[in-house]
Amino acid sequence: MKPETSAIELHRALEEIWGTKPGLTRLAAVNHNVVGRRFMLTSLIFFAVGGLLAMLIRTQLASSESVFMDAEEYAQVFTMHGSIMMFLFAIPFFEGLAIYLLPKLLGTRDLAFPRLSAYGFWCYLFGGSLLLAALVAGVAPNSGWFMYTPLSSNTYSPGINSDVWLLGVTFVEISALSAAIEIMVTILKLRASGMSLDKMPIFAWYMLVVATMMLIGFPPLILGSVLLEVERAFDLPFFDPTRGGDPLLWQHLFWLFGHPEVYIIFLPAAGAISTILPVFAGAPLAGYRIIIAALVSMAFLSFGLWVHHMYTVGIPHVALSFFSAASALVAIPTAIQIFAWLATISHGKPRFSIPMLHIFGFFFVFVIGGLTGVMLAMVPFDWQAHDTHFVVAHLHYVLVGGFVFPMLAAAYYWLPHISGRQPVQHLSSAAFWMIFVGFNVTFFMMHLTGLRGMPRRVFEYPPESGWETLNFISSAGGFVMTMGFALVALDFILIFRFGRPFHRNPWSAGTLEWAMATPPPSYNFASLPTIDRRADMLDPNAIGPHLAAGNGLLAWPRGGRMELLAIDMVSGAPEHVVRLPRQTFLPLWTAIATGCFFLSLLFKVYWATPVAFVAVIALFLLWCGDTAESKDVGRLPIGNGQELPTHIEADRPPSWWAMVFAITADATAYISLLFGGLFLWISAPNWPPQDAHEIGLSLPALAAVTSTVAAVAGWRAAASLPSSTGLLSLASLTHLATAGIMLWLALTSVPNPHAHAAAATVFVVLCYAALHSLMGAVFAGYGIWRIRSGFVSHARSLDLRIGAMWHGYSALIAITAAGFPFLLSALASEISR
Amino acid sequence: MLAASVPLFLLVVGLFLLLVYKPQLGRRLSPRTWILAGGLGLPIPILAALTFYAFWQGEYLLRGGSELPADLVRIEATGTRWQWVFRYPEVEGNPSTVGVLHIPAGRTIEVAVESDDVIHSFWVPRLAGKIDAVPGHTNFLRLRADRPGRYGGQCSEYCGVGHAGMDFEVRAHAAEDYLNALGPGEQTP
Repeated sequence: MKPETSAIELHRALEEIWGTKPGLTRLAAVNHNVVGRRFMLTSLIFFAVGGLLAMLIRTQLASSESVFMDAEEYAQVFTMHGSIMMFLFAIPFFEGLAIYLLPKLLGTRDLAFPRLSAYGFWCYLFGGSLLLAALVAGVAPNSGWFMYTPLSSNTYSPGINSDVWLLGVTFVEISALSAAIEIMVTILKLRASGMSLDKMPIFAWYMLVVATMMLIGFPPLILGSVLLEVERAFDLPFFDPTRGGDPLLWQHLFWLFGHPEVYIIFLPAAGAISTILPVFAGAPLAGYRIIIAALVSMAFLSFGLWVHHMYTVGIPHVALSFFSAASALVAIPTAIQIFAWLATISHGKPRFSIPMLHIFGFFFVFVIGGLTGVMLAMVPFDWQAHDTHFVVAHLHYVLVGGFVFPMLAAAYYWLPHISGRQPVQHLSSAAFWMIFVGFNVTFFMMHLTGLRGMPRRVFEYPPESGWETLNFISSAGGFVMTMGFALVALDFILIFRFGRPFHRNPWSAGTLEWAMATPPPSYNFASLPTIDRRADMLDPNAIGPHLAAGNGLLAWPRGGRMELLAIDMVSGAPEHVVRLPRQTFLPLWTAIATGCFFLSLLFKVYWATPVAFVAVIALFLLWCGDTAESKDVGRLPIGNGQELPTHIEADRPPSWWAMVFAITADATAYISLLFGGLFLWISAPNWPPQDAHEIGLSLPALAAVTSTVAAVAGWRAAASLPSSTGLLSLASLTHLATAGIMLWLALTSVPNPHAHAAAATVFVVLCYAALHSLMGAVFAGYGIWRIRSGFVSHARSLDLRIGAMWHGYSALIAITAAGFPFLLSALASEISR
Repeated sequence: MLAASVPLFLLVVGLFLLLVYKPQLGRRLSPRTWILAGGLGLPIPILAALTFYAFWQGEYLLRGGSELPADLVRIEATGTRWQWVFRYPEVEGNPSTVGVLHIPAGRTIEVAVESDDVIHSFWVPRLAGKIDAVPGHTNFLRLRADRPGRYGGQCSEYCGVGHAGMDFEVRAHAAEDYLNALGPGEQTP
């Protein structure tokens, strides 16, 4: 057989397995090409809506005599503009880009958990639609995108507006957390053979850092949202100062997420620049290692700066100055990246092209945003500029400069990859200049408006304020910018419609995503590459045909399975074969059930909430059937004479790591909850509570014992296969006993949780532990079911080992939860003494 | 800060454009030198100086521009939706005013800021920075008007539909007029 025929046959065989089928079956798509494009397209639609809302704001503020919107409409518009741009545009857009690009850059065929990304997409779509529906219905959130309590609490926002935000955004954040786990595991485990950590393309390093930050950054926000929703729905006073709560707790939880969020948005864009700029500079990226060091230090620093959003809440000046210094410090890793890019340019043969024009836009706008950022990091300056239009100008310079311009560069750079067509250049540069000029006219003026004392979020201002001319100029610039974005949209349509097709690698890049046909086939690579140098200095023109002809690893499909390669995290040596699940409607059904869960809370149909919750768990359990093996598979040939085990029989496959990361995120939320309680003890008014805790020692001690028994039994069960159903039954029963004790304590022994935040916190901690023990019982029961159905053997012990991690973790939760009431009441009595 | 920002901005954007068109100018420096000089050498001294200066300025401002004077005037400001209520515990009869804050010129005022409902923020741009009025907490702000006159103030934390109209006025009086302004019949503006 000639190689040509063989390449086409190979393509057909792979497409049959990996491709998304037409018609309604599209809803069952799990392929990263499809899901990534859906994420990006949906987020662009939300971007358009958010932009439209910005135009309404600019229309309102253009004149001091505007009667366009009243205060309530204006409040909904500015709240939704911020919320949409942050949660429904920026994060989902880069998630989509990462979902689409990462498997290609890393030299593999798909992400680690294709169904999870499909589920994340549906959660994002449904949650975002919920927010938009509320906007259309006139009941959109109206307390500002950071939802400060008590304004967003029941007393001052009695409608469902705040509930829409809390539930809708939390629904969307499911997709952010699932994407974080997905991206981390994919980068760490599914790279091409030989691609050690120090050979990874730089974009993967950026996304690894970003995903880790998301994993730690989002849980505090989700926890805060849950607590505020619980306060609104069930009147447990976490933030109500009259009952021992504290509005500042919300601010700490929100900004503990909110500041890292800025870097979570900036770093993917910087990663795109670090990928694109060297291509146009014609030189490999300078300072690869120091950039990685800068990224990691930025990630650490970003979790220590959240207080700089809170300089005016009354924190002592000396404490503020630490956060001020840390905020200034974060300019250093940024400067390192910027000068690494300049060094790259100076050591190459730079050429200007449309992506490079947008990178120029980035440099210009982002540097101004960075400089005003350093100004705002200085406490005395911030006391003046805080909550004025100066801050509005600063944050737009940072986010548009640090995200929108780089992403436009990325869009023009990778659009040929998605469309298979090259840009038609004329419209593109006109569009850039309109956006660039329009943006600067709009927002540079706002610095001045802010310094002249115009506060944020006012829907009208007096004519004698002296702000009218500046505002009018800002509005005019805003409309120019909008026309620029409309031109970009038109340009994209024209590229898809009339762009010239090209053969391969139009920009002469050195990364693996160009070593494939464009638009890409669903399986990316007909066979998988082996990498022997840094993965941004490769030759796609040579690698592409080589892989397409089936000369790499895992070329020919077997048994209709989707197969890819997992490697050793650090060295990149091949470790096992991962067999992915096929296309399925389950993610859609599970997301619909999740949606019912959130809707039941929103419309206060509380009898339906547990029903929907059980449905979600049951549907997730159904996911497990697809990749199960009913007998030991042994080692499989992967090409080049090598043989590897399948992931079911491997020691630490992707799903094992996913559990580690999921527990990390959950533990972050739990620790935030415990520290939230301690924060209230330190900071909140009306402490100590009137009612003392009257929890006896015996029941908490019993819960500690039962949860420990569950952990040990679960752990032994994984080790003593195959006869471990007895141990798992024991684990299941002891988990149920723990959950029962926790709920009993919460319902009978805690003083009235409506009366004081201390009791409310203890109540929630106990419920949190009960929920984890119940989940432990589900895991144990699932293990029994798997053993009975013959899916578990000594070699195939993965299900039980993943379960064992949860058994151990839920025991830790139960033991700390059992001790927490005693800690809190001991501390509270300290105050009263 | 503006004086330092403009050259820094021109430096970075200028270098970008210069190097794109004439990369050979930057080739004499190795990438390592570029990164160390621009990423560490440039920002560290500037940031260190700025941070220390800001700390010193902050301490200075907190004291109202000088060491704590013995004749500190204490006034309470309470934000409620959507107006500011001021109380003068040191003045005989414990008067209160709504929407107008009377202060003696030339003396340091310590305003105790509280809130009755949601979070507000007390701000008189020409006299001092701002401080949030957080329900359940009392925050303090020192301000000082050197000359008698009227100074505009406003709420600067979004507090609901009346936020835009939640402004107030500071009237700084000469020492002899201050108590008269707070006398009977003068309390409502």
